Amino acid sequence: MTTANSGNMEHDTDFAHEGHGDISVGVSGAGASGDGSASATRITPGNALRPEDIALEVRRGTAKPSEDVAEYALRLGDDALILAQRLGHWISRAPELEEDVALGNIALDQLGHARSFLTYAGGAWDKSEDDLAYFRREHEFRSAHLFEQPNGDFAVTIARQLVVSYYQYALYSRLMQSADPTLAAIAAKAVKEVDYHRDHSAQWVLRLAGGTEESRRRMIQGLRLVWPYVEEIFEDDELTTRLAERGVAALPSSLRQEFDNRIAETLAEAGLDVPDVPQSLGGGRAGRHSEHLGYILAEMQVLAREYPGASW
Amino acid sequence: MASQNLQSVPAELSPEEVEREKAGQAYFERIIAEDSRIEPRDWMPEAYRKTLLRQISQHAHSEIIGMQPEANWITRAPSLKRKAILMAKVQDEAGHGLYLYSAAETLGQSRDKMMEDLIAGKARYSSIFNYPAVSWADMGAIGWLVDGAAICNQVPLCRASYGPYGRAMVRICKEESFHQRQGFEILLELSNGTPAQKQMAQEAVNRWYAPSLMMFGPPDDDSPNSRQSMAWNIKRFSNDELRSRFVGMIVEQVKVLGLELPDKDIRYNEETRKWEYGPLDWEEFKNVLAGRGPCNSQRLERRRQAHDDGAWVREAAAEYARKQAEKEYAA
Amino acid sequence: MTPHGNPEFPGESTPAGSANEGSRAAAASASSTPATSTTESHSHSQWPLWEVFVRSSRGLSHVHAGSLHAPDAAMALRNARDLYTRRNEGVSIWVVPADAISASDPDAKGSFFESPQGKDYRHATYYTKSEGVKHL
Repeated sequence: MTTANSGNMEHDTDFAHEGHGDISVGVSGAGASGDGSASATRITPGNALRPEDIALEVRRGTAKPSEDVAEYALRLGDDALILAQRLGHWISRAPELEEDVALGNIALDQLGHARSFLTYAGGAWDKSEDDLAYFRREHEFRSAHLFEQPNGDFAVTIARQLVVSYYQYALYSRLMQSADPTLAAIAAKAVKEVDYHRDHSAQWVLRLAGGTEESRRRMIQGLRLVWPYVEEIFEDDELTTRLAERGVAALPSSLRQEFDNRIAETLAEAGLDVPDVPQSLGGGRAGRHSEHLGYILAEMQVLAREYPGASW
Repeated sequence: MASQNLQSVPAELSPEEVEREKAGQAYFERIIAEDSRIEPRDWMPEAYRKTLLRQISQHAHSEIIGMQPEANWITRAPSLKRKAILMAKVQDEAGHGLYLYSAAETLGQSRDKMMEDLIAGKARYSSIFNYPAVSWADMGAIGWLVDGAAICNQVPLCRASYGPYGRAMVRICKEESFHQRQGFEILLELSNGTPAQKQMAQEAVNRWYAPSLMMFGPPDDDSPNSRQSMAWNIKRFSNDELRSRFVGMIVEQVKVLGLELPDKDIRYNEETRKWEYGPLDWEEFKNVLAGRGPCNSQRLERRRQAHDDGAWVREAAAEYARKQAEKEYAA
Repeated sequence: MTPHGNPEFPGESTPAGSANEGSRAAAASASSTPATSTTESHSHSQWPLWEVFVRSSRGLSHVHAGSLHAPDAAMALRNARDLYTRRNEGVSIWVVPADAISASDPDAKGSFFESPQGKDYRHATYYTKSEGVKHL
């Protein structure tokens, strides 16, 4: 029994010749009781809200967003989607293999949030997540400029991650109490994930700021590059004001204080100042984007648009 | 480090050390004969260590270079679900490379050195990744055929005689169980789609079929190291044996796909009870292996660039750790 | 340097990144901080090696899952989370610098591990006369 971990496992793995699709295959040796069941490779899909669950609710009509809620979900979904698209580019290019995996996890989290929000938003217009992601044009996207900023070097990406994750953590923490149960459910799943993203970016800010002269210079430069786009994400408009009054949305400006406090704490620990740079005018929520988004969409949408109506 | 130096210069062995070498050799042979496992600190013949190091590091390099043809399609995946699946798969490959580098490191080679050899073009990796992935259907064909062939190769290696290698393979095989299926489903979806999609799928199968068969390595009569590796239980079946098994699997699976394999000579030989297939272009295989494939230099350059671009980050983190440790020591 | 190192340590192994699974304890110079080596040009930024142990669910022991490279303990834990628990494999993780592990000498298998053999009286099965007696 004591050899079950290493010994038996190896003999229980002849699964490929019979087919090997089920993720629980090959673990029968670890099913015993006592110490023998201690295994570092027992894998399960877990149980959490998935975009597919939301799609099902939308189809059944149990979750149907109003026009306003859909428009709000579209903003959150577009932010996450554009960021996931940016982060996806890092995989196979990260500074170390461990970081390929770390950035991949963050990109997958963001993509998951995007799919959930877009699926829900689509419920108002009878559109799927893919209709919204692949067949809208630039001016129809509602993402803020911050998310479309180029990856730059690793420090720029970390600076962008710092702002995004601190913002999203404040946002989703509040949205968990949204009067809209679907938004609240998506936020409840997402908040734990962005909490980890927050930790990831803070750890790297510390290391880059306190590492070598070069890394410190790059970190400072990275923060300066992304900071002009901070203000836009905290701007209120008619939509968010209406929804906040009904307890559905978190008023962006109301998240600013918590964001500023926590950012100031992290940057102070790293011996860095909050960059003092002019704030960009933004306009993403109204479909006015930077020059970057066109290229992002061109790449993201090219194949889907080549085969309109096709299923993948 | 006495025993290690002495191994390469046997003439200098003292009588006690000769005894120890003999005892080590005998113990090693008994472990192999019992089909048990050799662990990192056990005595092992230098040739065994070298062969393993080469095999495991090549395998690791293949995972890392193999990320590229698929990573190229992450940003263009035609649906968000497929984008998530592909991202998770390419990310897994980074993980698999890591598990394998770790296993290789137990043999005394640093990962940095292995990476350096790879970038310098001194190390080999599976030559199939030197072919370009030119259409979305290639994501399907790579998953179904390339990962399928890899799994055929890898499952027997879960029982490899070197413990860390076998354990890495167990983890990899478990995680890879979804890789082949997602590829198959991409092709199935395309095959059931529009005529243009179906054609895209068939063309991808045509492109990847022969290279995937050649992934098992040269024919047995042209594979000089195989016999020793099999004797050491770090290779469980011959190249041709695995290739034939693989053909037997995909010849059935392709019917479900509604596609065809580009090989009119596939047949089951009742006498030998083996699947047979048409001639493979081993000249091309050797050419690609020798660096003349369509993407060899592109793949290495991309890896070199990622490694070089990341150098300042790795240095920064190491320097930060050093400073923190100093602070702790001072306090 | 203890004499029983064995072939896992060819000349090019570095203090920072060398054989794992506890083997380093036998050969590496003891360094309390996992500082990186400067002895070779390629390893000046190589992060040290960590061994990862994962508890798959409450009530079970941590089990060795594998190893990874990280600049320090904080990052090693995070890398371990990202690398070894992507599929719900764990509820708790330990990371240990590979060179902090001391391992038994593989050449001393006999003296270390064979003594318990033959001591049947340590096991319940040795006591046959009481067989069939309930609750015993």
